[in-house]
Amino acid sequence: MKKNAMRLFGYKVSIPAQIGIAVVAINLLVALLAPLIAPFDQATPVGDAWADPDAQHWLGLDNVGRDILSRLIYGARMSIGLSLIITALSFAIGVIAGFAASVAGGWVDQALSRLVDLLLWMPTLIFAFVVLSVLGSALPVLIVTIAVLDSTKVFRLARSVAMNIVSLEFVEAARLRGEGWWWIVTREILPNAVPPLTAEFGLRFCFTFLFIAALSFLGLGVQPPDADWGSMVKDYRDMINFGSAAPLYPAAAIATLTIGVNFVVDWMLSIHSRGQGEGA
Amino acid sequence: MLKLVVHRLGLGVLTLFAASALIFVGTEILPGDLASAILQNSATPESLAKLRLDLGLDRPAILRFFDWLFGALRGDFGHSLANGRDVLEEIAPRFANTMFLAAYAAIVAVPLAVGLGLLAAIRQGGVFDRLINLFTLMTISVPEYFLAYLLIKFVAVDLGWFPSLANVSPDSSFADRLYYAFLPMLTLVLVIVAHMMRMTRASVLSVMASPYIEMAILKGLTKSRIVVRHALPNALAPIIAVVALNLAYLIVGVVVVETVFVYPGLGQLMVDEVSKHDVPVVQACGLIFAATFILLNMTADILAILSNPRLRQPR
Repeated sequence: MKKNAMRLFGYKVSIPAQIGIAVVAINLLVALLAPLIAPFDQATPVGDAWADPDAQHWLGLDNVGRDILSRLIYGARMSIGLSLIITALSFAIGVIAGFAASVAGGWVDQALSRLVDLLLWMPTLIFAFVVLSVLGSALPVLIVTIAVLDSTKVFRLARSVAMNIVSLEFVEAARLRGEGWWWIVTREILPNAVPPLTAEFGLRFCFTFLFIAALSFLGLGVQPPDADWGSMVKDYRDMINFGSAAPLYPAAAIATLTIGVNFVVDWMLSIHSRGQGEGA
Repeated sequence: MLKLVVHRLGLGVLTLFAASALIFVGTEILPGDLASAILQNSATPESLAKLRLDLGLDRPAILRFFDWLFGALRGDFGHSLANGRDVLEEIAPRFANTMFLAAYAAIVAVPLAVGLGLLAAIRQGGVFDRLINLFTLMTISVPEYFLAYLLIKFVAVDLGWFPSLANVSPDSSFADRLYYAFLPMLTLVLVIVAHMMRMTRASVLSVMASPYIEMAILKGLTKSRIVVRHALPNALAPIIAVVALNLAYLIVGVVVVETVFVYPGLGQLMVDEVSKHDVPVVQACGLIFAATFILLNMTADILAILSNPRLRQPR
């Protein structure tokens, strides 16, 4: 072990984890500060369609003459923001239902668990298609559909984590003290469930992020004029046959962020498993 | 063991039924009804009433569900809303194309993944092993279309070895099909090989830690003989499970890859019809995808039961 390894919150940060944290931080900053960083507006044409890259337009112009770099920067906002909202919602649903199932037990647990088993048997993409074919691809529809489908996976983890905690002595003690279920969930279970759930948040974020991008790429996700990375790949895809690398930029952005988040999650899981002996 | 297999089969049938119910319910949860969703803004009271009657929306949902399900079992999926064609005729050739692509990818990917996984297990900790780990992480996190466009850019456009569009026609010869579908196949192989390879490596290595392997080492057998003859048979069950899981994934991953390469398969059709709100076609495609997915998972479980030596003896 190196003596002078980088540390964060008292934990050693491995090289992949450093890369991961940097990638995530840069992406978040770009998403937050998009209007300040972007050299041009995302929606206004500033030159000829498919103009080659030059000093002003580092990545060139797109199919209607918009600055590709600026669209990438604004796309970060849409892609990352949307995925964060969906992941947060899916966690809210999944964690509440999972904790409820473990604290209530009995038929509540049975009913919720069977329903989730059923949803997990369906390929998510296919089920999303069925719902979107009827409801269309408005943003609220996308958010709720993906969040509900994804919450099944959160539910499984939240339930099993909570089940392990519920059976411990301090929860028993709280019950005997006469604490209500609200106290038990928020004061006894939640603090102990945070570490495994944080790592899971990263993984679910990746999944949602790739899922939204795939839907947009297929033309069924984010609709124009809004730009996200997935729909940019779709818009630029034909150019690949003319030797342009345009669709590769947004696709590479998607790939980099996913790998970055995965590095961070691996690191968090390794900390967690060292501290507790057993991984999540 | 027979009891276990029958139990698993029963569960599979039940899941299939539940999945079909879910697909049906998915189109029923909308505010308003199917007719107004299909017509959107162009709806007039008359056209709405006519479409409702055409779709049989005046009947209770539960009856319509069983009509649809039993129709589907007989191969009658109704008619497309977009062009009035019989849904089965529309999807049958597409489904054949999709199965061709999936089988093509599976035949290349499975032996490759198991072979490389074994090699990584034999050379555990070596350069090859580390390279494989890095490569796996990359392909797992990277979206399919990124790999696909990289291949198109470098292999199809720059080198010109393979066509970038895989628009096979019904009368293409078998060799032509293999040629046209090469890049879509390669993309799918890259996506699924990594995961299968890692699982093969992991399950072989976990068996390698058991006492009887130590015995084999002490007997002086070579590393490769131990891995292939002693460890592999016992690691087979988890490997089969992960292979089936990846084949099931293949069925879904095919949707994106087909769209990239404009390959006339079921996935591409489904994507088109979703944006056209052509519900009967979407339902039919969804049912076929879900059924394939569930069948593959079920087969995996049954093969795992059959390949487990401990379950082979009747208790």
